[in-house]
Amino acid sequence: ADYFREGNNDSEDSGLRFATCQSLWKQIKSETEQIQEEMNKQLFDNLVSFLRRSHSEFQEKTTEWSCRMKSREIPTAALVLGVNVTDHDLTFKSLSEVIQNNITPYVASLQAKDCPGIKNLMQKLMGQLMNCCVDVDSSDEEDCAQVSQNRIRCSMTSLISWYENITKKTDSEPPSRKRTSSKHLQSPPVVVIFKDMESFTTKVLQDFIVISSQHIHELPLILIFGIATSPMIIHSLLPHSVSSLLCIELFQSLSCKEHLSNIIDKLLLTTQFAFKLSEKVLQVLINIFLYHDFSVQNFIKGFQLCIVEHFYSQPLSVLCCQLLEAKKRVNSLSHSQCENIRRLPSFRRYVESQESEKQIALLTSDNFLKEAVQKLLEDLHVYHENYVPVLRCLHVFTSSLPKYPLGKQIRELHCACLESRVWETEDYESSLQLARMLNKSDLVTMLQKCVEIFVSSSGKDFDKVVEKLNDFLAQFQKLEAEACQEQEECISSQKELQKKTDLYHLQKTLLELKESRRSKKLTKFEMLRFEVVDFIDSLVRNYLVPAVHKTLHEIMYFNTASALREHLNAAPRIALHTALNNPYCYLKNQALRSDGGSISNKAPDVCIAYKLHLECGRLINLVDWLEAFSTVVTAVEGPNGDAAVSDQVDDIIHARFIRAVSELELLGFIKPSKQKTDHVARLTWGGC
Amino acid sequence: MPNLEHPAYPAAALLRLESLVPCRESQVSMLLSIFGERQQFTFPSIFIYGHTSSGKTYVMQTLLNTLQLPHVFVNCVEHFTSRLLLEEILIQLQNCSSETAPVSRVLCDTFNDFVRLFKQAVNSQDLQDQTLYIVLDRAEQLREMEANILPAFLRLQELTDRNVTVVLLSEIVWELFRPSTGCFEPLTLYFPDYSIGHLQKILSNNHPPEYSADFYAAYINILLGVFYMVCRDLKELQHLAALNFSKYCEPVVRGEANERDTRKLWKNIEPHLKKAMQTVYLREISSSQWERLQHDDGDPGQLKGLSAHAHVELPYYSKFLLIAAYLASYNPVRTDKRFFLKHHGKIKKTNFMKKHEKTSNHLLGPKPFPLDRLLAILYSIVDSRVAPTANIFSQITSLVTLQLLSLVGHNDQLDGPRYKCTVSLDFIRAIAR
Repeated sequence: ADYFREGNNDSEDSGLRFATCQSLWKQIKSETEQIQEEMNKQLFDNLVSFLRRSHSEFQEKTTEWSCRMKSREIPTAALVLGVNVTDHDLTFKSLSEVIQNNITPYVASLQAKDCPGIKNLMQKLMGQLMNCCVDVDSSDEEDCAQVSQNRIRCSMTSLISWYENITKKTDSEPPSRKRTSSKHLQSPPVVVIFKDMESFTTKVLQDFIVISSQHIHELPLILIFGIATSPMIIHSLLPHSVSSLLCIELFQSLSCKEHLSNIIDKLLLTTQFAFKLSEKVLQVLINIFLYHDFSVQNFIKGFQLCIVEHFYSQPLSVLCCQLLEAKKRVNSLSHSQCENIRRLPSFRRYVESQESEKQIALLTSDNFLKEAVQKLLEDLHVYHENYVPVLRCLHVFTSSLPKYPLGKQIRELHCACLESRVWETEDYESSLQLARMLNKSDLVTMLQKCVEIFVSSSGKDFDKVVEKLNDFLAQFQKLEAEACQEQEECISSQKELQKKTDLYHLQKTLLELKESRRSKKLTKFEMLRFEVVDFIDSLVRNYLVPAVHKTLHEIMYFNTASALREHLNAAPRIALHTALNNPYCYLKNQALRSDGGSISNKAPDVCIAYKLHLECGRLINLVDWLEAFSTVVTAVEGPNGDAAVSDQVDDIIHARFIRAVSELELLGFIKPSKQKTDHVARLTWGGC
Repeated sequence: MPNLEHPAYPAAALLRLESLVPCRESQVSMLLSIFGERQQFTFPSIFIYGHTSSGKTYVMQTLLNTLQLPHVFVNCVEHFTSRLLLEEILIQLQNCSSETAPVSRVLCDTFNDFVRLFKQAVNSQDLQDQTLYIVLDRAEQLREMEANILPAFLRLQELTDRNVTVVLLSEIVWELFRPSTGCFEPLTLYFPDYSIGHLQKILSNNHPPEYSADFYAAYINILLGVFYMVCRDLKELQHLAALNFSKYCEPVVRGEANERDTRKLWKNIEPHLKKAMQTVYLREISSSQWERLQHDDGDPGQLKGLSAHAHVELPYYSKFLLIAAYLASYNPVRTDKRFFLKHHGKIKKTNFMKKHEKTSNHLLGPKPFPLDRLLAILYSIVDSRVAPTANIFSQITSLVTLQLLSLVGHNDQLDGPRYKCTVSLDFIRAIAR
C-alpha cells in the first residue's frame, strides 16, 4: 500500500484503490482456484477410484489359483498432464491433498532433481512418509522424532518395518482406528508420486521399481507417474523386464487450451468483475500463452499484473468496482479527480458531442459532472451486460461455419469485437455470406442455443429478442410442415408427368417446370434464413460496439499493452545491447547523448569496447582492439595529445581496456580462443 | 533323469526337493556334490549365471530351505550401498538359527568391520560345525560398489577362517566381473535356458484345482505356440497363462465344448492370445484392464494403448524450435546456406549426386549443433520476426527437460552450449503438420 501511495503524486484515493485492487484480486483468485478444482475433479475422481480399486485388489489375499499364479504387479497410474510444466505443481499439490483426504495418509511426491541416485530417492521417500505419519497421529510424534534422529537406515526393510508398525498401531488403538477407517481404507496403501517422470534417470527408476516389486506383498505401493510429453516415455525409459512389473493405467488431464478458454470464459466474459482487458493486452497475454509456454498459471499471473498495473497507474480506477459501489464513490470524488475525468479522451469526445450549454456545465460544475458520470457508468454496465450474450450468440453462429472466418474460439471473436467495429471487417462479411447458406437443421439448433443464452442472461432488453427468436423458430416449424405438403404436391405433379406419354407434352411441361423454378428462386425457407441472419446482424451492430467507443471505458479497461509486454516477455539480449550501445538510455547523463554511429569517449569503457567489437569478425585481435580503444579514449585530448601517445599506450588505458574486455567476457560476448594466440572469439553474431 | 542321491541328506527331503525343481535336477545334483556334507568345507565361492528366469534364485532358495542349510539370502539391488549390504547380511545372520527376537542394531562401515562382526556372529550362533551359505542375488551390482567388495566376498572363507561359502547369482558371465587387479576365481556354474519342453512341463505343473491336468496342459501347449517366439521368460508366461485361462475355459463353462474338444477350444482362444501378445505383453494395456475387458467381453479396440497417445501438444515457438533443432541435427552445416538463404549459389549436379550415394543421415543419428545455429535456423523458418526474448531461451531448456532435446557436453558450459535433437522423424512430421 505504501508503494502505491509513493508512486502516485496525487495520493488521494490510493488507499481506496489499493483496497479495491486487493479485493478484486482475491475474488478473481478464488474464482480461478474454483475453476481449477472443477477442471481437475473428473481426473481426480478417476484416479481415486483407480487407487481404490487397485488397492482392494491387493487386499484380496485369496489363495485362489489364478491369484497365486499371476505375478504381482505394482499398480501404476500414468498421468499425462501436457507440456505446461509450470502448472503441474498446483495439480500435484491438490492431487496429494485429495488422496490424503480420501485414501491414505501416506503420500510422497518425488522430484527428479532431488533424486540423482537411488539412495537419495529412498532418503527423500522415507523422510516424507515418516513426516506424514506425524501429521496423522500426534501421539506418535515422539516415536517418529526418535526414529529420524537415529539416522534411519534408508532401505526398503526399514520402510517395511515402519509400515508394519504404523498399521499395527492404528489397528490396536480403537479411537484412532475409527477415525482413520472412516476416511481411509484399512491398511492404507503408500502412494508415491513421481512429479516429472522425464527427468528421472533410468537407473534410479528401474532400481526403485525392481526393489519395490520385490516387497509389494508387505508394502502396498502405488505409483503415480507425472508425464509431460507422451506415455511412450515409459517404454523408452524402462526396459521390458522392468515395465512388466508394472500395471499401468493411463489418465489424461484436460488440455491446457481448454483450461484457458474456461478461464477466459469465467474471468473476462462476465459482468461479475468490473475490470476488463483491452484487445491489445488480451492479445499479448494469449500470444504468450500460445507461442511460449502453454501455462495457465502464467496467464493468471499476467492477468494479476494487469490488475495491479491498472490500479496503480490509473487514478480513476477507484471507480472500477461494482456499479452501486462506484456510484457512491462518484459522489465523493474530489475536484482534481473530476479534472482527471475531464481529461479522459473518451469523455472529451462525449462532451464535444453535447450541446453547448451542457458542455459548459460539464466542464465547470463538478456536481453536474458527477451526475453525468453516474449515468455514463450505468450505460457502460448495461453495455457489458448486453455485450456478453450477444457475443456468445454470434459465436454460436460463427463457430460452425466452414473455415472459421471469425475464429474457432470465442476468445478470438472477443478480440475481434474489441478491436474495431466487427461488422466492418471482411471476415464478418464473409461469415454472414456463409451463414446465409446454412441448412435448416443447423440453423434451428443454433437459434435454440441462442434462445438459451439470452434466457439465462440477466440483460433486460432481451425479452424482445427472445420473442423474436422464438418467432423464427415457430416459423421454421411451420415451414417444415409446409415443406411436407409441397413434397407431396411435387410427387403428384411428377405422377402427372408420368401419365403424359406424349413426347411433345413432356418437353413442354419440363420447360415450364424449369421456368417456374428459376422464377421462384427464393423459397420461403430462404427468405426466412435471410431474415434471421439480418436480425443477428442488427443485434451485432447494436450491442457489439467496441469498448473503445464507449465513454469512460478508461476506467474499466487496462490498455497499456507495451508495459505488459516489457514485463512479461523480457528480452535480455536486446536490453543488454541497448545498454551497451546507447548508455544514455539507462544512465540519463546528458554527456552521453550520442548522435548516431560515432563512438563517444565519455561513455563507460565497456560500451566503447563493445561498440568496437561489433565491427570485428569472428576472431578479434586483441592488439588491434586495444589500439582502437586507446584512440577513442584519448581522442578528447585533441591534436596535441594525439602526437604524444601515438606509439606508446598508456598503462592506465591498458588497464582500463583489460577490465572492459574481462567485463565483456563475463557478460558472455567473447571468450578466449585457442585457435590463434592474442585473439578472442566473438560469441554473438550481428547486432541483434 | 538321475535321481538325486546324497548320503548326507535324508532321502525324503531329497525327493521333495526333486519334485520342487523340475528340469533342474542335474544342476541341483551338481550343487549338492559341491556342497558335500554339512560340516565339510566346500569351495569358497561359487558363481552361478544364466539368462533371466532360468531358475537360479528359485533353485538356490528351495535347495537351501528344504535341506535346512544355514544361509543368508541378500539381493544386491535392494541393498545398494556396501554398508547396507553388509549390515543386512549380519542382521540376517543373527536371525538365522536362534530365535532371539530383538535384533540389536549393527553398524558396519567397512569390510574389516564386517569380517570381525561376522566372526562374532558365527561363534555366537553355533554355526562353526556346518557350512554357512551367503547368497548374493543380482551380483552384477557388486561391481559398482567399492573395489574391494567383490574380491573380498570371493575369498571370505579365507579372510574369516570360518566354514562359509559365498554364492553369487548373476545374469552375466564371469568374464565381465573379473577385476583388473585379479582375484580369486570362483567355481562357475551355468544354468541353461529352459527349452520349450521344459517350459511346458513346468507350466503345466501348476494346474488349477477345478480342471484336470491334461486340460491345462493342452492350454499351455496352445499358449506356448503363440508366445514362445517372443517370450521365454517363465514368470511372464505364467502371468499370461493365468490372465487368459478364464477365456479359454469359457466354452467349457457355457457347456458348448467338452474338455477334450481341443480344436474348438483352440479356435476360441487363438485370436484372443494374439491380441494379448500385442497389448498386454507389451504393457500397452495393463493386466487389470485386460481382465476387466475379458470380463465384460468388450472389444479391446476401444481401449487405446499407451502408444496410441503419442501426440504431444507444444506451444507455437516450441514447435518451431524443435523443428529447427531437428534440421540442425540431421542436415550438415554446409547445406544450411543452400536451404535457408534466399540467394544461394547454384550447386553442381555432380556434387549432388555424390551426396546421395552416402548413407542417409537418419541412419547415422543426430549430430550436436551449437545454440547459435539453432537460433539462426529458427529465424529463417519462422515467417514473422522473432525477438530473442527470455521466453524463447527458457523454452529451449524446457525442451531439454522434456527430453526432446538433449544437452551435449558439460552442463556448466555457459558459452556456446551444444544440443542434440532426440526425437524421431515421425514425431517431427506430426508436429510440423
